[in-house]
Amino acid sequence: MLVIDSVSKTFNPGTVNEKKALDNVSLTLEDGDFATIVGSNGAGKSTLFHAITGSFFADNGRIILDGEDITYRKEHVRSKAIGHLFQDPLKGTAPHMTIEENMALAYLRASTKKHACFSRISRNEKKKFQEQLALLDMGLEDRMKQPAGLLSGGQRQALTLLMATMVTPRLLLLDEHTAALDPATADKVLALTEKIIAGRKITCLMVTHNMHQALSLGNRTLMMDGGHIVFHVSGKERRKLTVDDLLEQFRVCAGKRLDNDRILLSR
Amino acid sequence: MSTIFTLSILRSALELGCIYALVALALFLSFRILNIADLSTDGCFTLGCAVGAMVTLSGHPVLAFFAAMGAGICSGFVTAFLQTRMGVPSILAGIIVNTGLYTVNIAVMDFSSNVNLFACETIFSLAKEKFSCDWYGDWYKLLIVLVIVIITGVLLSLFLNTRLGLSIRATGDNEYMVRASSINPQFMITVGLCAANALTALSGALLGQYQKSCDINLGTGMVTIALASLIIGETLIGKGGIPRKIIGVISGSCLYRFIVALALRMNVPAEALKLVSAIIVAVAIAFPYLKEKSTFYRQRSIHRRIRRKEESASVSH
Repeated sequence: MLVIDSVSKTFNPGTVNEKKALDNVSLTLEDGDFATIVGSNGAGKSTLFHAITGSFFADNGRIILDGEDITYRKEHVRSKAIGHLFQDPLKGTAPHMTIEENMALAYLRASTKKHACFSRISRNEKKKFQEQLALLDMGLEDRMKQPAGLLSGGQRQALTLLMATMVTPRLLLLDEHTAALDPATADKVLALTEKIIAGRKITCLMVTHNMHQALSLGNRTLMMDGGHIVFHVSGKERRKLTVDDLLEQFRVCAGKRLDNDRILLSR
Repeated sequence: MSTIFTLSILRSALELGCIYALVALALFLSFRILNIADLSTDGCFTLGCAVGAMVTLSGHPVLAFFAAMGAGICSGFVTAFLQTRMGVPSILAGIIVNTGLYTVNIAVMDFSSNVNLFACETIFSLAKEKFSCDWYGDWYKLLIVLVIVIITGVLLSLFLNTRLGLSIRATGDNEYMVRASSINPQFMITVGLCAANALTALSGALLGQYQKSCDINLGTGMVTIALASLIIGETLIGKGGIPRKIIGVISGSCLYRFIVALALRMNVPAEALKLVSAIIVAVAIAFPYLKEKSTFYRQRSIHRRIRRKEESASVSH
């Protein structure tokens, strides 16, 4: 369970460039919740993600994951429990290391033993990695020894997804992870995402600019604007909502039209 | 040909090549793997030599190597500490440590600018006494440095495939990924720089015993030379797995020493040696780029010739 308790974040405080990116944001995600977040650029979606992963610390408020206060935990400590996928497929894998080595790195989360750092990848682990890659159905299981930099964007993103969920995370953050892929590949990666999340009941937050995705995926939809969560829908109410309703809702809540080309185009 | 390539020249080039290969391996670790230009290499090399020389003087030639490596680790730790905990940019951190090391090195050498080891035992003189058979005559020095360099290469290659090694490689390869994985980049940079500087210092200590002296200016230009070896190796051996790259670095270092020996043989005065080194380095670094360029020009000229032929054919019709 993720509890975000009135978290605020202001960039460049006290200067002309002062920007209130998060303003008293509170949000509770129950175990197994899958919430999508929509909102125009600069609404605070990515800032919220960064506050959760620990790229920077919140000015005030608390972030609690499974009863553990992680507000001031270091980023690499948090990432043991949090999986994070970026929009840019290049950010998720190390290009000059082989697929196998990339997966071994992701598997490091699982090792809790202190002296494990001088051990090498065992044959059992290699076999396990190969089996998991086969699930992607992209032929990657036969390319274990190739550098990840040779893969296409879609393949790299699928690999990153596999790596982020290899050790089931307590929270998975998806930051528009299919936005940079071509439509067919995006669908494939999305289907894979749904399968993995549903199969293991992973608690998940997903930023998207696609209104259709925002309503069809997961069980909750949030809308952000100006550092606030302005609209929140789930359950029966959400099932009745159409893409047009959502756009109209944005106009009402934010007091302005959703003037983002990407959002309008992705209707 | 035989007047230029005498056996003794080949041998001493290989000996020096193997000794300096350790610095090249250190740069391979810091510059290529961690993607950090560690400019404290010059000072650290002298530090290794100075510490090694002083311990050798007190009668412990083998302990000297471990002492030098320990000193190198300390130097690497300071550089890493400045980078990861004090927010000093990596290049500046190297320069600062390098400057500071000058005084440290002088102090280690008992405030004199050079130390000589002619009167005391080195690992080489020990080996000469212990194995005084004829069959390898003058080759015992090469044998020692070769063994050391091979052991180091194998250990480094094994290390880079452990979980810790993989994490270090990822730190230099993709910063975003590392932050999203459970890897602590600060710790990895510290471990990597300590290991790299240990190798640099070991190389310095080995050179000190090899030439039986240590000088405060010994390390000047070491970064450039090691970088040249690294790039010659990469150009020669090409890309591949870690073991292949390590072999490339070692052979690149030997080849560099061979080119220098050749230049000396061509009656280049000793004072001009630094200039020769700089030219070799510049050529070695520019070579891959020029090769790519030449492919481009060749393709373009072929393309133009074909176009011209087509045009003249269409005119004659």
